[in-house]
Amino acid sequence: MIIARKTTRDLNEAEDVNAVELSGIHIAFPLQGGGTYEAVGETNLVVSDREFVAIVGPTGCGKSTLLNATAGLLKPAQGQVRTFAKPLSGLNKHAGYLFQQDSLMPWKTAIDNVAIGLEVAGTPRRDALEQARVWLGKVGLAAFADRYPHMLSGGQRKRVGLAQVLIRHPKILLMDEPFGPLDAQTRLIMGDLLLDLWSADRKAVMFVTHDLDEAIGLADRVIIMSAGPSSRIIGNYTIPLARPRNMADIKSEPQFHDVHREIWNALKEEVLKGYRQSEEVRP
Amino acid sequence: MNRLTLISLQILVAVVTLVFWHIASTTTLIGNPKTISFFFAEPLAVGKRMVQWFMEGSIWYHLGITLTEAALAFIIGSLGGVIIGFWFARKPLLAAVFDPYVKAANALPRVVLAPIFALWLGLGIWSKVALGVTLVFFIVFFNVYQGVKEVSPAVLSNARMLGMNERQLLRHVYMPSALSWMFSSLHTSVGFAVVGAVVGEYLGSAAGLGYLIHEAESVFDVTGVFAGMFVLMGFVILVDWLVTLVENRLLVWRPRTSVISSR
Repeated sequence: MIIARKTTRDLNEAEDVNAVELSGIHIAFPLQGGGTYEAVGETNLVVSDREFVAIVGPTGCGKSTLLNATAGLLKPAQGQVRTFAKPLSGLNKHAGYLFQQDSLMPWKTAIDNVAIGLEVAGTPRRDALEQARVWLGKVGLAAFADRYPHMLSGGQRKRVGLAQVLIRHPKILLMDEPFGPLDAQTRLIMGDLLLDLWSADRKAVMFVTHDLDEAIGLADRVIIMSAGPSSRIIGNYTIPLARPRNMADIKSEPQFHDVHREIWNALKEEVLKGYRQSEEVRP
Repeated sequence: MNRLTLISLQILVAVVTLVFWHIASTTTLIGNPKTISFFFAEPLAVGKRMVQWFMEGSIWYHLGITLTEAALAFIIGSLGGVIIGFWFARKPLLAAVFDPYVKAANALPRVVLAPIFALWLGLGIWSKVALGVTLVFFIVFFNVYQGVKEVSPAVLSNARMLGMNERQLLRHVYMPSALSWMFSSLHTSVGFAVVGAVVGEYLGSAAGLGYLIHEAESVFDVTGVFAGMFVLMGFVILVDWLVTLVENRLLVWRPRTSVISSR
């Protein structure tokens, strides 16, 4: 049994301080005709500092909702969000959030979009731009600094978004299907880029995706959520694959297949049920 | 079709129209030239009148007055529209309370206000400016209001997560979004500023292009009316061209395809 084994992480000096602790979280939305819709029911999740956690689940199961609660954009109906041992109030200042939708400011150039996070924190513009240039280089867009978002491809926009978030050095990185709209090839490249940047200073990551391959390839731990309403965590798997990893190569390793098969066998029913449900709900 | 052919064809349309107009008003080919030229004037006489105006220099004074009125109407109306639009968009209760009154005020055809403004503000430029302001204000107001309301929620959440406070959100998110909506209606609002000025002059004044046309009309000087119309047309085209230049500069971040060049 590869999967059931507990992780022995070699880089955990701050073992006792968890980056994120969701305890007894319920998230509900008011419905238009009165009453409430419970998107997420009774959920407990702990993400250690420097840990990469992927959250997988069918469409519409409340994965994004969980991230929004962690970010402080959404207040859970019940339960508590703690971040670095402190209860969260307001926005989570430790968190950087890469959204699923296009969220760059379309009226700012790539470099201005990257620099803005520093500027609003009081860094002089010149320094902010200098650092932004470095970060654009890290995501491979040094030559595109003066382009506006509409002049960039979908993948390039995501890279700018990544630089925009990482330049502030957040201790927690929240990513909501960040590579969702991209084609398969670009997803692999973006995955490798993310792993590269992450391994430099290992932040805690919560990475939401519906792609099990992507989750296994990237993460230390894969969390599986059930279909909504009142979706909850139904699986928690440690991924024993060695780092550094390469997104394209890792898929040909036998260990990857073992892990994949095991998770898939355990969850096939639930996941398929979820997809069926979300198909039915869809107009 | 290449550019040269297009321009040649465009010029051809003007030439054919002018020649037809000239023939109709000077020969018996279509009807009695006296009658036709009484109602439609003669192109050569119209041209001569325009040349005369510009040679004498009297037209510059009238153009200057109309331009001043339109510019003031545009500036005051835009400022008011931006401020009130912002204020309403950020205070939904206020917007809800005033909603029927804003709609009612906007429903009123502005021309009927001209006599009241003349009464209040006299026959000088300010009654014309006021008329232009009532036209420009609502266009800018609605666009700014919409611009603030329609900021993409993803962009807004992202800006918040990047650490912006309310003031920074206003400056980096709401303001650019609102201004982009305002600039995209720049042609319309500038056009209405000119309309306000000219209509105001037409209804009662002592200077400006509207006054010039009205004066000519009151003595059945059709040549003067047409000459005034052509000068006005040229003036508006020039202003419109300047607006396009400004717009291209300000909205450089927008995809080219979404810039609508027609009015």
